[in-house]
Amino acid sequence: MFQVRIHGRGGQGVVTAAEMLSVAAFLEGKHAQAFPSFGSERMGAPVVAFCRIADREIRLREPIQTPDVLIVQDATLFKSLDVLEGLNPRGHLLVNTNRDFAAIHLDGAVARLPMGHAQTCPATDLARQHIGRPAPNTALLGALTAFTDVVKLSSVMEAIARTFPGTVGEANIACARAAHDLVRQRLDATETSHA
Amino acid sequence: MLEQIEGSKAMARTIALCRPQVICAYPITPQTHIVEGVGELVRDGTLANCEFINVESEFAALSVAIGASAAGARAYTATASQGLLFMAEAVYNAAGLGLPIVMTLGNRAIGAPINIWNDHSDAMALRESGWIQLFAETNQEAADLHIIAFRLAEELSVPTMVCVDGFILTHAMERIDIPDQKIVDAYLPPYEPVQVLDVEHPMSIGAMVGPDAFTEVRYLQYYKQQTSFRLIETLSQQFAKLFGRVAGGLLRSYHTEDAEFVVVAMGSINGTIKDVIDEMRAEDIAIGLVSLVTFRPFPIRALQEALAHARDVLVIDKALDPGMGGPLASNVAIAFRNMDDAPNLHSAICGLGGRPVTKASLSRLFRQAMVQPWEGPHFLDLNDRVIAREIHRRGKARRAGPAAENILKILERERAEKARARAEAGGA
Repeated sequence: MFQVRIHGRGGQGVVTAAEMLSVAAFLEGKHAQAFPSFGSERMGAPVVAFCRIADREIRLREPIQTPDVLIVQDATLFKSLDVLEGLNPRGHLLVNTNRDFAAIHLDGAVARLPMGHAQTCPATDLARQHIGRPAPNTALLGALTAFTDVVKLSSVMEAIARTFPGTVGEANIACARAAHDLVRQRLDATETSHA
Repeated sequence: MLEQIEGSKAMARTIALCRPQVICAYPITPQTHIVEGVGELVRDGTLANCEFINVESEFAALSVAIGASAAGARAYTATASQGLLFMAEAVYNAAGLGLPIVMTLGNRAIGAPINIWNDHSDAMALRESGWIQLFAETNQEAADLHIIAFRLAEELSVPTMVCVDGFILTHAMERIDIPDQKIVDAYLPPYEPVQVLDVEHPMSIGAMVGPDAFTEVRYLQYYKQQTSFRLIETLSQQFAKLFGRVAGGLLRSYHTEDAEFVVVAMGSINGTIKDVIDEMRAEDIAIGLVSLVTFRPFPIRALQEALAHARDVLVIDKALDPGMGGPLASNVAIAFRNMDDAPNLHSAICGLGGRPVTKASLSRLFRQAMVQPWEGPHFLDLNDRVIAREIHRRGKARRAGPAAENILKILERERAEKARARAEAGGA
């Protein structure tokens, strides 16, 4: 079983991100369970959502405490919460920021993860550019597919299309692809420089 | 068709397939997306021949359902938590009048203190109202139970509550099979009321009944429920045959054949318990589970049979009767009354007001119950330190203030200290 935890703030589409990820996994024939951390819904308040993916029926109903993948939609959360709590030491970390890990004081935590398992993505900037509003969720799902094999980019794009029909969906799909390409290019560049 | 869909939406779609003719709802917190979902299906014509009535309160929602049902319509509504309590008088009336209304209860806690999260307090508060109460283990079953509920309610002419864990199921998005209309129609025939208000054949429903007949009318309510066990099992078997999966029935046993230690629980927590049992079985621990689907009528005979070989029974309650303990534990104890070699009964209260119930905590609980059983109810993951501080503080002054606010203050202070320590460690 594979477990994903998504942190963000109310209004950033955190719950929708977990749901779209579960749809992407479903499209690949897997069992998936997406659920929010149940709180009072307020704009700006910290929100957590979860997604489990497995090859068989998922019976477990506890919140995800030891995620294999952690997606952080708002880097300011690191100041108020222990966002990294429970992250699998072999897991993956994806943070929405247009700075690098050192600038947001995460270089220590990143160094403890395997090489290439932590990535940044300027998802809010990409969302403004492609969608016209600062909703970073679809960009981050796209970026996730560039450095993990949780789900394929094509499945994420189909999940976005099902969630947001029409032009909104198209813009979000373009955003996800751009984020994927950005992270992929960065990884390719690193691999080349190491070769 | 298999879909990746939110529990509430899957229920809404399935309820629509049951062809309700009147749906009344008061769409305010506490509610789920269910009535919103069926509302959309009525508006876009997917659910034809159905009147969707927005009412002014939960009391009105069920009152309108009572009127609609008495007039011969298949009536549905949904509520949760305080909403159920606000309609309490109508809940008893629907049962007393024998009107087969189906209602979803998105189980949530009841205040005070104010809390919007999941537990079974609402269902337990009205367990003696005369409704049939069915508890869903999964979202698939939550959807399926509605199809069974309409059939059961209408065959018995007793209202039926489908209890679904709020948030844990209602807000989870999962793989759910939404059945074909044809199969639902084959299982659930059109509503044929046993009593109906009809201007062609005038009569009244809801007479004033004095001491000379009240007991007899009430006894018939009891008789109807006590003779419904076989029907509940038959409807579940017929469902399995037609839909190709298990839903409903009185209870389900999991690895109980050779189990000396058996857990009894209701609702979605059974999924997590099964995972714990699998892990303990891998260690050769003889542990099993009875997942209770039908809470009212309470299946005493079926429970006795399911627990016949158990030496210890641990009952998990997601509700608390402050003057007694766990309501489900109290009910299971009645099943053991006058029984030779009755198993030892242990009670645990967990998941109150949305507290997550983890595999780790359950595993610890089961192991402790085996080697070191306790007296009275055990409160899972109780923060003893906070309790001790608050009890100590209350002992010192009469005007000790509200417990809820005081405990929140203690927790807030602890969180702030932790955050400060983390910041200092991060800066070092």
